Amino acid sequence: MTIDESKLDSIINEYKAELGSLIPILQDIQAEYNYLPQEAMEYVAKKLVIPEVQVFGVATFFKSFSLKPRGKQQIHVCMGTACHVRGSKNVLGELERKLGIKAGDTTPDGEYTLETVNCVGACAIGPVVVENEEYHGQMTPIKVEGLLNNR
Amino acid sequence: MKLTSINELEELRRVISSKDPDKPCIAVCGGPGCLAKQCLNVRDAFINEVSARGLSGKVDIKTTGCHGYCELGPIALIYPQGIFYQRLAVDDVAEVIEETIVNENILNRLLYTDEKTRKPIKNGNDIPFYNKQMQLILGNNSRIDPHSPEDYLAVGGYTALAKVLGSMKPENVIGEVKKSGLRGRGGGGFPTGRKWESTRNTQDDIKYVICNADEGDPGAFMDRSILEGNPHSVLEGMIICAYAIGSNEGYVYVRNEYPLAVSNIKTAIKQARELGLLGEDILGSGFTFDVKVNRGGGAFICGESTALMASLEGKPGEPRAKYIHTSDKGLWDKPSNLNNVETFANIPLIINKGAEWYAGIGTESSKGTKVFSLVGKINNTGLVEVPMGMRLREIIYDIGGGIPGGKAFKAVQTGGPSGGCIPESLIDLPVDYDRLMEAGSMMGSGGMIVMDEDTCMVDVANYFTHFLQEESCGKCVPCREGLFQMGGILTRITEGRGRMEDLALIKDLAGMLGDASLCGLGKTAANPVLSTLKYFEDEYLAHISDGKCPAGVCKNLITYGINPGNCTGCGLCLKKCPAGAITGERKQPHTLNTGNCIKCGICYDVCRFSAVVKE
Ligand SMILES: Cc1cc2nc3c(=O)[nH]c(=O)nc-3n(C[C@H](O)[C@H](O)[C@H](O)COP(=O)(O)O)c2cc1C
Ligand code: FES
Repeated sequence: MTIDESKLDSIINEYKAELGSLIPILQDIQAEYNYLPQEAMEYVAKKLVIPEVQVFGVATFFKSFSLKPRGKQQIHVCMGTACHVRGSKNVLGELERKLGIKAGDTTPDGEYTLETVNCVGACAIGPVVVENEEYHGQMTPIKVEGLLNNR
Repeated sequence: MKLTSINELEELRRVISSKDPDKPCIAVCGGPGCLAKQCLNVRDAFINEVSARGLSGKVDIKTTGCHGYCELGPIALIYPQGIFYQRLAVDDVAEVIEETIVNENILNRLLYTDEKTRKPIKNGNDIPFYNKQMQLILGNNSRIDPHSPEDYLAVGGYTALAKVLGSMKPENVIGEVKKSGLRGRGGGGFPTGRKWESTRNTQDDIKYVICNADEGDPGAFMDRSILEGNPHSVLEGMIICAYAIGSNEGYVYVRNEYPLAVSNIKTAIKQARELGLLGEDILGSGFTFDVKVNRGGGAFICGESTALMASLEGKPGEPRAKYIHTSDKGLWDKPSNLNNVETFANIPLIINKGAEWYAGIGTESSKGTKVFSLVGKINNTGLVEVPMGMRLREIIYDIGGGIPGGKAFKAVQTGGPSGGCIPESLIDLPVDYDRLMEAGSMMGSGGMIVMDEDTCMVDVANYFTHFLQEESCGKCVPCREGLFQMGGILTRITEGRGRMEDLALIKDLAGMLGDASLCGLGKTAANPVLSTLKYFEDEYLAHISDGKCPAGVCKNLITYGINPGNCTGCGLCLKKCPAGAITGERKQPHTLNTGNCIKCGICYDVCRFSAVVKE
């Protein structure tokens, strides 16, 4: 893909003066592109004058970074302890079955990305599924139907 | 407006506090539980209704942080009376304004009804869930709008800072914190005053104060709720710490999964700067301190202090060995003092009310209160704050209202992935750092996950081990490989392929993990396994020798079937079964073909006649 260097520059310049700015820069780039394009990571390494492997190391260490393009809609299933004891595994299973993908993947039409997360801090209403920004509490496999716009 | 002296601060507080105390205020809870129950629609409806009736300016409407009783959300408190309305819907709003605000009548149908007396309770503080609590930290959440420094000042905010800057030497501040007996709320329970003292005693021009808001314990949301609901209290604690140890720069490291907490603490920092409570020459004292916010990257290990600092430096979050203390060489090799969100939130209280008062609350070795996230198989889910020393039974039954659906209590898990499961026989244990440790668990950061008879303890051990295996940073071999092997064995047991020798092997691996791992993650990783093995060995044995999962959780060991005696032939399970495994004529008992069954549990959930059985 082609990346917009001026956009990257404005993100990088915002943090440039600060030590340890690599992670916030990557976070902002991911917010822009929905994932971390390889070209963008190479560009960041060049601009911060650090080895590419350092950028790649950070990008693969942290779970919130994705090196693959993600779908238009993000479904996050909480796998935290509170949600686990209330049956989040079955909710995830049903989502995987309905979407025909495994957690971590994107549907071939690029519509949905299904991911797991270890607690979103709404444990009192578990099992929780976050669809884009919206929280759905007390989820069951049956309620999954209502989530995916009748997919 | 920039305040340049303590007098100006007190003058501002006087002006703010002189507002009409009888002006009605509706405080709508905007905590995570209520947000998921669409509380913002209710709030907007209040705003619209008030303006449609020409009452704007006469009634305040606030969105606050978490009030704790998530089970009853959306919640609102109506001041000045303190009326507690629960399970609010948009349709209730007009009536609340008409009856309660205009006519000053109480709407009984929106009150909480006492389970025992069946009488409605008007005031929040009289509800059993709240009246056994001691909300020193959380209490202000329902009173203040987190975006309003004025609200924080009105409840006495920044008086501790003024006292410290105006009349206390750094040594006295440390002395006070030491005397209070405060121990860290992030997990380990290290005495806070001693930590501050050692960072103070290291000589350097640059020192850092770091607030750990990574809240990695899955199942816990105390830190989120404090940071979202009362960010200035955390900032005030950090500024006092900075003054005491001689630091001018600080960081708040917040989980990326908490966007609202990130935004609220950022707003609070900006406001504090504008008010002259952060930045150069704070309140004209000559003391300078400022704070930045960093977002985490979704790695559990970054809650560990040295991994967190590596991540702040822009590196992968790998911990280092502990023989170099972070109070000597922490962030960028400079002396650094790291504390948890709740630890910082306790500081203003200790300064305001005095160490002796604080030390009067709790047990011999654990002082003050602790906030817990009471979740899982419990009736009243939410956040609770209790004095140290309260018995688990009181928390679970008196405050939590016991186990739903008449099921039996099995265990309570505390301490997150480093903690353990406490069985029914120990339910009278007090919450106390040392007593929980003796029982094979730990205080941890405050997750309290209740489990009932339908929870499989082998599955829980397997769950935590896989969680930690995934989150292990991989730097040291014992943790990386040890957890991999342990996870393999536990999975084998849950799939019915366990062997008797596995139990000894698990204990062996556990010892190795504890002795040889580099950081706290690996050192404590076996606790969930060891504690379940100690208290629930019979469940392990049932999996291994009988090939049965007594709780009916482990998929390989259960089969679903239909009890024809209970089946009415309603056809619901047949319609919902995604695998086409159920057949039958209408009004005739159905049959389940186990060969096609994928064990998703949907038929079990939808059946209204208890005809679907799990064995
Ligand atoms: C694997 C691991 C994860 C941790 N996660 C957290 C966390 O999420 N939040 C936290 O405050 N402390 C966490 N801690 C404890 C911190 O290392 C540190 O002891 C604590 O934040 C110090 O603050 P306190 O003295 O105020 O408790 C974790 C420790 C380990 C070993
Ligand atoms: S455990 Fe699922 S939201 Fe916390």
